[in-house]
Amino acid sequence: MRALAPLWLWAQLRHEVFVLPSRSLILAACVALLALPLAYSDAYVLRIFTMTAIFAIYAASWDLLAGYTGQVNFGHALFFGVGAYTSALLSLRLGISPWLSVPAGSIAAMASGVLVGIPCLRLRGSYLSLATLAFPLILTGVLFAFPDFSGGELGVSGLKRLVATPVANYYVAVIAMLAACFAMWKIGDSNTGLIFHAIREDEVAARASGINTPRYKLLAFALSAMFAGIAGALFAHFMRGAGPSSLEVALSFQAVIWGIFGGIATIIGPVIAVFVLYPLTELLGGIDIFKDIRLLLFAVIVLLVLLFMPRGLTPWVRDRIELVCPRCKNRNVVTRHACRLCGASLE
Amino acid sequence: MFQDILVTGLVNGGVYALLAIGFSLIFGVARIVNIAHTAFYMLASYALYGLLFKAGLPLFAAVVLAVVAVVLLSLVCYKLVIEPVRQHESAVLIATIALALIFQESLLVAFGGSFLGIPAAVDGYASVLGVRVSYQRLIILVVVAAALGATWFLLNRTRLGLAIRAAANDQEIANLMGINVNRVAMITVGISVALAAIAGVVVAPVFVIDPLMWLSPLVTMLAIVVLGGLGSLKGSLIGAFIIGYVEAITVFAVPSGAYLKGAVALSIMVIVLLIRPEGLFGVAFEEER
Repeated sequence: MRALAPLWLWAQLRHEVFVLPSRSLILAACVALLALPLAYSDAYVLRIFTMTAIFAIYAASWDLLAGYTGQVNFGHALFFGVGAYTSALLSLRLGISPWLSVPAGSIAAMASGVLVGIPCLRLRGSYLSLATLAFPLILTGVLFAFPDFSGGELGVSGLKRLVATPVANYYVAVIAMLAACFAMWKIGDSNTGLIFHAIREDEVAARASGINTPRYKLLAFALSAMFAGIAGALFAHFMRGAGPSSLEVALSFQAVIWGIFGGIATIIGPVIAVFVLYPLTELLGGIDIFKDIRLLLFAVIVLLVLLFMPRGLTPWVRDRIELVCPRCKNRNVVTRHACRLCGASLE
Repeated sequence: MFQDILVTGLVNGGVYALLAIGFSLIFGVARIVNIAHTAFYMLASYALYGLLFKAGLPLFAAVVLAVVAVVLLSLVCYKLVIEPVRQHESAVLIATIALALIFQESLLVAFGGSFLGIPAAVDGYASVLGVRVSYQRLIILVVVAAALGATWFLLNRTRLGLAIRAAANDQEIANLMGINVNRVAMITVGISVALAAIAGVVVAPVFVIDPLMWLSPLVTMLAIVVLGGLGSLKGSLIGAFIIGYVEAITVFAVPSGAYLKGAVALSIMVIVLLIRPEGLFGVAFEEER
């Protein structure tokens, strides 16, 4: 039985992954990410990619809520900030090990997700987006009003890192990112994910089909907030501090930009968007002539890409390299003439 | 203190009303959630600063030119950036965010990140209800009242206003009745940005100007619009004064209120939404399918 395991794995890879270029590319990217420090262990590059991985969790968690469930959240930084502040304050004030404070941060973020989700159950569409913008700012105001506890405008600093070396930090972030994104992708692919899709497409029809939509919307808020909280807590420990910048409007908008730029309701789309945009802006910032205008260039690039690919980067690319079978709706390489599963003609 | 609250709330509420009504108009007619709305307000402040101190124009010419330039810029942006992606709601959203970021960063490059100030057009104080109110704030009140009156007249007493209201009510029917909805949308963008630009020009001498000044009024404006009911002009007007007074009361009457004013205003919005999810004057949700 044990001897068969590699064979089974190979069969899975061959029939499920290598048949589609998008899946092969993603697998190659994962392997490349895990192998990066072996080939290139410059501390600066590793730092950029560690941050990229952390923000990728954050962007993907926005997609789980906004892309799948259609609850377009403009205040996603709240969950990131709650995760960051909780784990930072716990580990500073109570001296808890970072390995415990990160999960604690994500649980606190999950609680905040439920707390925010309850009033949001009654809101819809643009109302929800604009109302959610308020929550991180309310928390910022409260934190500023109690500077002794929260560190006020400077935030708190002096945290311990999870692990000591840059390479180890890189692996913590990348493995957390791969695990979290795989989990979110699995959730999106499951029965629950199907219900999330249904709620986004037509909430009334979903309710008429016997789905308890408030419960599933709360679940989406809680799950999304939990993952964003993990990202926030990892960020706090990596940056060795948490400040009000983790609750800023700019960070909330960043999630929206990453999510829509990469293509919503794909999980992988926002992750790719972060991996394209974040290192790009950092690299541009490293070149002297672009130093002052890197955010400007960032915005211009986003705008231009969007004019040509209004549905986002990932769906656009995937439509170029893969075809949907008209009969069974499965995807095929663009070079095939007949569907790989049902044999229907793709012409 | 009571009089302070009364006057500050009135002035801030008026400025918020200009911003919120412009935002509501554009949302009602074109269904665009224009995140860049307050960025145009910021652009107008900077344009006034640039025209006054870099080009050396006289005050009146600078004010008019600043408003006109910002409106023209907004129309160009609408044509080039928003219209090609109008069918994709999410793309419009991030296009407006990207526009706002572009304005912010361009101003950062052109003027630097430091706080700038414009001296008041008219110095001195008047005594209203026993409070010393600077003439500049009185000018703000007068201009706000005039702009709101003009908007009301345009919307309710002209054929163009009728077309705008019809398009806001039902795009398809308006189109069928022979209204050029695309042109109406474009004109509405112009009017809405003009209101924002007027607000930006009148507050420039009172507030400090910096490339991040669009963020805080943006949040307050969105809160007002949601509080009053999306797309409802009456709601925006009343919401603006509610939020203006709530902020003034928090700043003057609550310890460390300056930090909390945003939080209190936004909490009021959340509470109103809990009781009336469609806002104070919003129409109840129709299922859009």
